[in-house]
Amino acid sequence: MLAPINVNFESLNIMTLVPMLIPIAGALLILVVDLAKPKMDKSLYVMLSILFLFMDFMSLMGSASSFMQNGTILGMFDVMLVDGLAVVSQFIIVVASMLFIPLALTSKRFHEFSYPEFFALFLFMIAGFQFMVATDNLILIFVGLETASLALYTLIAMHNREKSFEAAVKYFTMGALAAGFFSFGAMIFYAITGSVEINQIATVLTANGFADIGYVMVGVAFILAAFAFKLSLVPFHTWAPDVYEGSSAAMAGYMSIVPKIAGFIVAMRFFEFLIHSGVFWVEAILYFFVIVTMTAANLWALVQTDVKRMLAYSSISHAGFAMAAVMIGTTQANSALLLYWVLFTFTNLGSFSMLWISRQKKLLPGQSSDHSYEKFAGMIKTAPMAATIMALFMLSLAGVPPFALFWGKLYMISSAVTAGYTVLALIMALNSAIAGYYYLKLIVYMFMKEPEDERYEKVFSSNVSLSLKTIIGIAAIGTIFAFVAVDPLLQAIGGFVYNSGY
Amino acid sequence: MFDHILSILIFFPAVAALLGFVVKPAGIRAYGVAVATVEFVLSLVLWLLYDPNVSGMQFLETLPLVPSFGINYIVGIDGISLFIIILAAFFTMLGIATLPQNTKDEKNMIVTLLFLQMTMVGVFAALDAIVFYVFWELSLVPMLYIIGAWGGPLRIYASIKFFLYTFAGSLVMLVGMLFMAYFYYQVTGKWSFALLDWYRLVLPVSYQVWLFLAFFLGFAIKVPMFPFHTWLPYAHGQAPTIGSVILAAILLKMGTYAFIRFSLPLFPDASVLFMKPIAVLAIIMIIYTAMVAYAQKDIKQVVAYSSISHMGVIILGTFALNVEGITGSIFLMIGHGVVSGALFLLVGVIYERRHTKLMSEFGGLADVMPRYALIFGIMLMASVGLPLTINFVGEFLSFLGFYQQSHILTLIAGSAIIVGAIYMLSAFKKAFFGNVTKKENENLPDLTKTELFALVPLSIITIWLGVYPKPVLEPINNSVEAVVELMHEKAITPEAKLKIPDVKAIRIADAAVVKEAE
Repeated sequence: MLAPINVNFESLNIMTLVPMLIPIAGALLILVVDLAKPKMDKSLYVMLSILFLFMDFMSLMGSASSFMQNGTILGMFDVMLVDGLAVVSQFIIVVASMLFIPLALTSKRFHEFSYPEFFALFLFMIAGFQFMVATDNLILIFVGLETASLALYTLIAMHNREKSFEAAVKYFTMGALAAGFFSFGAMIFYAITGSVEINQIATVLTANGFADIGYVMVGVAFILAAFAFKLSLVPFHTWAPDVYEGSSAAMAGYMSIVPKIAGFIVAMRFFEFLIHSGVFWVEAILYFFVIVTMTAANLWALVQTDVKRMLAYSSISHAGFAMAAVMIGTTQANSALLLYWVLFTFTNLGSFSMLWISRQKKLLPGQSSDHSYEKFAGMIKTAPMAATIMALFMLSLAGVPPFALFWGKLYMISSAVTAGYTVLALIMALNSAIAGYYYLKLIVYMFMKEPEDERYEKVFSSNVSLSLKTIIGIAAIGTIFAFVAVDPLLQAIGGFVYNSGY
Repeated sequence: MFDHILSILIFFPAVAALLGFVVKPAGIRAYGVAVATVEFVLSLVLWLLYDPNVSGMQFLETLPLVPSFGINYIVGIDGISLFIIILAAFFTMLGIATLPQNTKDEKNMIVTLLFLQMTMVGVFAALDAIVFYVFWELSLVPMLYIIGAWGGPLRIYASIKFFLYTFAGSLVMLVGMLFMAYFYYQVTGKWSFALLDWYRLVLPVSYQVWLFLAFFLGFAIKVPMFPFHTWLPYAHGQAPTIGSVILAAILLKMGTYAFIRFSLPLFPDASVLFMKPIAVLAIIMIIYTAMVAYAQKDIKQVVAYSSISHMGVIILGTFALNVEGITGSIFLMIGHGVVSGALFLLVGVIYERRHTKLMSEFGGLADVMPRYALIFGIMLMASVGLPLTINFVGEFLSFLGFYQQSHILTLIAGSAIIVGAIYMLSAFKKAFFGNVTKKENENLPDLTKTELFALVPLSIITIWLGVYPKPVLEPINNSVEAVVELMHEKAITPEAKLKIPDVKAIRIADAAVVKEAE
């Protein structure tokens, strides 16, 4: 007979779970509301979601202040891990979600937003991502990852277009493969170290001096492949452009931000000790991934004819840029990644929202795709304000100062310089120059060409509504006045990252 | 009241540009001229308040921007930047006033020009590397729009080429800046991008060489130096008149100015090391582009290539690394700005009337448009460096400076100026002398009042500063002495100590001579 296990409730530290439980409760409430009173307007669900995300945000403030006082907090049998990385990344996840969910309030009616399940799934997904970043247990990471991913596949498919189904199935298949890789990699690490917790794995491997280097490398290969799928690193990126194209612009923008930050945090936790172990091949493989992702995605983006696909490739390239920070692995680099991602959130939120407001339900005759470059030709003449704002986001993505992403790039390249990666720093700089071309291409179409077809005039802002305008305004202000925010952000992020030992 | 005059100078046009969005298109030109005039008057006030006897930075302002990473908004000017800022304000004013009446989307153009003005003043006033970089990069955007939206048939190609070339070069420069800040961090334990902090940093020669090259790429593309010059003829060829004027008069000066502000005082040993190779590039640039200019059929291309050619003399003077050479090159920057700006305005005048720039289409213009021919003649003589015109002073001093470093190279460069005279005079002959061959040219109206308003002051400046350059030359000279002194003190290698003169010792020796004479 098993001995009874006495668990002290205090030691469970249930408070560590609160930030995740809030969105779950919100999701359940939305389902209950639907049961009690069906066929309500989407605005109700949007506002409920925002409210719960706001509560989530407040509880994160609590986690942040207790981290500042007591350092890293463990909970639920040491499965939950609330350190600075977890706090900062959850802030990014929740704030980005709060900014993206109002994009559902379009003036046109879209199929998916009429289902309350959409919003419930959305909140479940956020809880999944939060679990993923707030643990160093490979099993919980897996559970969080799958919760979030399955919800995300469904959200994409709910857009209810032929291309969306294709996108969802493609994403699902690739995601399933990645999940397989991840569990296989985790299994190998469990086999050689007897633990599924990253810090335990690190301790054991360091203690025996990486004796089983062959197995470690196989495990690293599997886990890296899994993350490469999730972070869309070349050559595991093939799903990304199709999925972005198939899903709604709002969803695509969301996918370029939130799932990736969760992935980066896990990658940071996982590769931190491997990078510092001095095993040459780990660094070499990561170096290869970083360079190829940045460069190849940039080159593909040059030849795209659709703005959304261009932005998809640009997001891949930005992911490669951020992955460089994981490879460098210094405190400065890790802070740079988080800073970069905060600034990237605002810029990409803006650019994808701009595509979202020009969403057409039906293509005009002769139009090759929904967001073809031709559609934006001569926009400065017909919609000067929208063209200027769009150009602003493009310049920020290209890294033209003083707009948001420039500061991220600056700090990122500086971290490469400081860590002695001179060649990498130069490659990053030159890649920014290449990227300049395709962002410029859209600006050229908007500002320097004549309008191709006067019917396009009506579609630039056909989907606009007050809440979309507000979001774009927030994104624009965040992009222009980033220079004010960089210093406080840097200090806050730097403090969190440094105090969690990364 | 005038504590923040530099910030006012920088941001006044930007605020005005934002408000300009509200102004109705009918009144936008008046608005633009008014704003640019206020800005120009402010820049004159700056000159008035400037103390020419002080060699260091004046009107310093500091505001922390990202203090934890050592980025601060620091602006200040000395004799080197003062006159270029005035020039920028002056040309923006002239440019807006002389915009052709039929300009399409006039409002967009004027708002863009005002934004461009902010970035131009910002570049020359910034004393923090990142703030400098911000304005430097930001200046590309309005220019991209001006060339791309109002240019000739190949405008999009030209504008993208202009943007990408410069953007790529400056990103390499950014990496160099980050290295500089990192070295500063290693030495002092503090991050700083402040130029005056960097000036105190003495780097080993091997670091200097690499950093010099990184900065060189950014600056050389902007100047543009041979072999990076290929974007400029396209940009000039396609740009509207106002674009060419601002590009030639101010934007190109950013590169040569940055050499003096960054490369020389930060890397004195590397500057000495690269003096000869750069001088050779500069001479190739002078001769080669002069020959290309001779072969042009389009009068605007002649002016464009001659403008590149003279930029070579500026580089030569800068890399003389002594007071005469650098002072001369800065004076030549101003002279070149006035003269080539005026020449592009003049080409614009005839283009507005005939909608062609081919020299074969003209001939005998001196009979039809005597005033135009006179001013063109003055500017042309100034451009080839006739004594008693503004360019002569700068060219002479530049050559004088470089003569102390190498006799042969200076002689070659000097003889290249003669080639310049040949193509300019032949272009002038083709367009202005002889009989009026084309019927369309017979009744061309001479310069209008607005055009005279722009061109007469430029002619006066050209001659005035050619005859009596002292009011401008003296403040420049004082600031340059400080730069050269700093370079001499910082230089590590004996060769650099030898090549960069010891200004302090010379000054003491001069004083002794004066005393003895008394």
